[in-house]
Amino acid sequence: MDLNYTDEEIAFRDDVRAFLKAELPASVSDKVKGGKRLTKEDMDSWHAILNKRGWLAENWPVEYGGTGWNAVQQQIFDDETCAAGAPRIVPFGLKMLAPVLIKYGSEEQKKHYLPRILDGSDWWCQGYSEPGAGSDLASLKTRAVRDGDHFIVNGQKTWTTLGQYANKIFCLVRTSTEGKPQEGISFLLIDMDTPGITVRPIILLEGTHEVNEVFFDDVRVPVENLVGEENKGWTYAKYLLTHERTNIANVGANKVSLEHLKHIGRTQKVRGRPLIEDPLFAARLAQIEMELDAMATTNLRLLSSPDSVANAGPMSSMLKIKGTEIRQALNDLTRRALGPYAMPFVSEALETGYNEEPIGPDYAAPVSKDYFNNRKITIYGGSNEIQRGIITKMMMGL
Amino acid sequence: MDFNHTEDRAMLKDMVTRFLADNYALEKRNEAAESSEGFSREQWSRFAELGLIGALFSEEVGGFGGAGFDISVLFEELGRGLVVEPFLASAVLGGTMLAELGSDDQKAMIGDVISGEKLLAFAHGEPQSHYDLSHVETMARKDTGKWVLNGKKAVVLNGDSADALIVTARTAGSSWDEDGLSAFIVPANTDGLTVRGYPTIDGQHACEIDLNDVRLEESALLGKDGDAYPAIELSVARANVALTSEAIGLMEVCRDMTLDYLRTRKQFGVPIGKFQALQHRMATVLTEIEQARSAAINAAGRLDLSRREREMAVSSAKALAGRIGRLVAEEAIQMHGGIAMTWEYGLGHFAKRLIMLDHQFGDVDYHTVRFAEFSRKAT
Ligand SMILES: Cc1cc2nc3c(=O)[nH]c(=O)nc-3n(C[C@H](O)[C@H](O)[C@H](O)COP(=O)(O)OP(=O)(O)OC[C@H]3O[C@@H](n4cnc5c(N)ncnc54)[C@H](O)[C@@H]3O)c2cc1C
Ligand SMILES: Cc1cc2nc3c(=O)[nH]c(=O)nc-3n(C[C@H](O)[C@H](O)[C@H](O)COP(=O)(O)OP(=O)(O)OC[C@H]3O[C@@H](n4cnc5c(N)ncnc54)[C@H](O)[C@@H]3O)c2cc1C
Repeated sequence: MDLNYTDEEIAFRDDVRAFLKAELPASVSDKVKGGKRLTKEDMDSWHAILNKRGWLAENWPVEYGGTGWNAVQQQIFDDETCAAGAPRIVPFGLKMLAPVLIKYGSEEQKKHYLPRILDGSDWWCQGYSEPGAGSDLASLKTRAVRDGDHFIVNGQKTWTTLGQYANKIFCLVRTSTEGKPQEGISFLLIDMDTPGITVRPIILLEGTHEVNEVFFDDVRVPVENLVGEENKGWTYAKYLLTHERTNIANVGANKVSLEHLKHIGRTQKVRGRPLIEDPLFAARLAQIEMELDAMATTNLRLLSSPDSVANAGPMSSMLKIKGTEIRQALNDLTRRALGPYAMPFVSEALETGYNEEPIGPDYAAPVSKDYFNNRKITIYGGSNEIQRGIITKMMMGL
Repeated sequence: MDFNHTEDRAMLKDMVTRFLADNYALEKRNEAAESSEGFSREQWSRFAELGLIGALFSEEVGGFGGAGFDISVLFEELGRGLVVEPFLASAVLGGTMLAELGSDDQKAMIGDVISGEKLLAFAHGEPQSHYDLSHVETMARKDTGKWVLNGKKAVVLNGDSADALIVTARTAGSSWDEDGLSAFIVPANTDGLTVRGYPTIDGQHACEIDLNDVRLEESALLGKDGDAYPAIELSVARANVALTSEAIGLMEVCRDMTLDYLRTRKQFGVPIGKFQALQHRMATVLTEIEQARSAAINAAGRLDLSRREREMAVSSAKALAGRIGRLVAEEAIQMHGGIAMTWEYGLGHFAKRLIMLDHQFGDVDYHTVRFAEFSRKAT
């Protein structure tokens, strides 16, 4: 074993650094570092910059326009982009749908959709969950009935993240009610502009508009938008979810959060001394750092393992659990580091162009909002309880 | 021993419960929280008419209660109702300072506080003080028969609506000295006072205050020059009894909503409460809430004992409320799944208040260390 980067890996890292230095606009990284809200244009423009360099589709094979990077390279890229304050890549098209299309899609679908994901023509959102089908996704009810060369879709999706920006949605729909609930599900690609689709915002507990409800009322979808075989959608959906989960481990973002918390610990004072010297705080911080360091290695072990496919189920569940718990622990300790300044909440302070003096330290504004907003990460992508269920089911042999 | 409330307190509790059920719907509360002051003046007058502000003051100063259990009975219900009106700032914090330190003339103002006509706020914490009660850098000096105050105060609850601020300042000693602190009544319109109000994430209102050569009459001093610390500590102790009781009310709402949800939300064809993974965690939540309640009772019942006994009980209650409040809020959200994350469902508003309580007058770590300090001192 050798835990050090090879010379090539170091050269690659320097390449990534140089690229970020030259190409990542300060206006965008300032926003990310300052915890400001990003606009759709910010995210689109960063995608375009990466695409120009050929670095947008980290996890795709080269033949489709991906980087073909190995696990270590992907991790280096993730660490460096996070540290530089690059926006997170919007995952729905690039990291979730694309692997499904590459593995299960038709040649026409690959040829049509993959380039449009890369050049930003399409913004995808994920239509899995329904009001009655959350953890029990297989009980979904949105119906797609064949009518000549169309499916007619009726039903409702919910929790659709960033659906307000999307022109496309990939959906799980019920095409059969026979047999086990998993067996009658199909994977459909739907144009959000099709008549009969209504998108309604859901406001989250800290006041942000991030998720939506999507209603389908006799929506006509051409049959060529079916991915793979009819009634086999569950297989593709599960394949997609393992990709979603490893992405959720978010090692790079966790490292940035840790550094940010250390910075706050050095500036905040308790009894006139930096908070980071307070033994109780220092111990809490150390615990998180140890966990994170171990998780980063667990992540690399999974990604570089030759039998990673066999282990992908339970191991990606473990990563999702640890990644989200570490992130929440960081958010929690950051909030507590602020003392009374965790309370003020001036929503406008999160917009760019807000020029008033910050209330309390300049890093305070987004901290409590992030703490509350990130309660979602142990719920979505299959809740952590569901992940634990997967681990025991696959590893206990009961 | 008797763990039942007196008849008067039981009546007070019933009355508040009923009043809030009939008049304090969550949408109305949120509307008030989003207004420019962060609460409703109209509701405040109605609370005053019901005698709820008076319940927080002793008979000697014109109230009809004021003991630890009066505070806890009322604040538990205020927590359950997610009330945003300024009970804590005006009656508990400002009111205790006036009642403890005021001359007869100064105490006369308490009548207007009880009737709801005048609002007080307690401007004590500072940008660097974290939660330390003796860390005061705001200075007061005498200048030709006037007091002159200079400094900054941070996250002052409801300070942007107060008619008068009770401002603490140092007249002797240096940061972290308990001796040398004084308290002043500063009318809101005093020259040199700059108040910047803002909402907090849990729907309250607070402000930053700049004191720039604020000149006050000699009669603005509360009590004896340099002797304010014991009253500050007592006011904060009473505030922490209020906060820990409010936390109990909030926790019980989160508990009830979650129990209800576990019984009704179906996934995999059964109510999710059938999953042992959730049952055991709910059992932990129920057990821990009882611990928080006992600690809050200890604090309310020991307010009149020696300083050491009082402060140990208060720090213990606040530390437990901090730890358990977070557990309850986070578990309630997690066990609800996505629905808990929405503005509309309501649970999130209770959770936000429960978490933010920890940031007022000392969080779980601060009070754990403080408890240890008092504990290791010989009795
Ligand atoms: C902010 C946010 C963004 C989201 N974005 C998207 C999106 O873009 N697209 C999309 O399709 N979905 C999205 N989701 C939906 C998300 O995937 C679901 O919320 C999640 O699957 C949980 O479902 P639920 O909310 O219905 O909770 P439920 O399934 O009702 O679960 C409630 C509680 O019961 C527990 N539970 C349920 N079953 C079991 C069991 N068998 N054993 C033990 N515990 C159990 C859960 O873990 C949870 O704690 C998003 C959710 C949120 C909050
Ligand atoms: C020091 C000692 C003194 C004792 N003294 C006495 C005595 O004086 N008289 C007497 O009659 N007995 C006595 N006991 C026995 C004691 O009551 C049993 O050990 C106890 O009831 C657990 O039974 P078990 O050891 O067979 O474990 P099991 O019942 O086999 O349990 C094994 C594990 O599975 C868990 N488990 C079992 N069922 C469930 C479930 N439905 N859900 C979740 N988890 C579950 C248990 O909690 C435990 O962790 C004593 C035991 C000890 C260790």
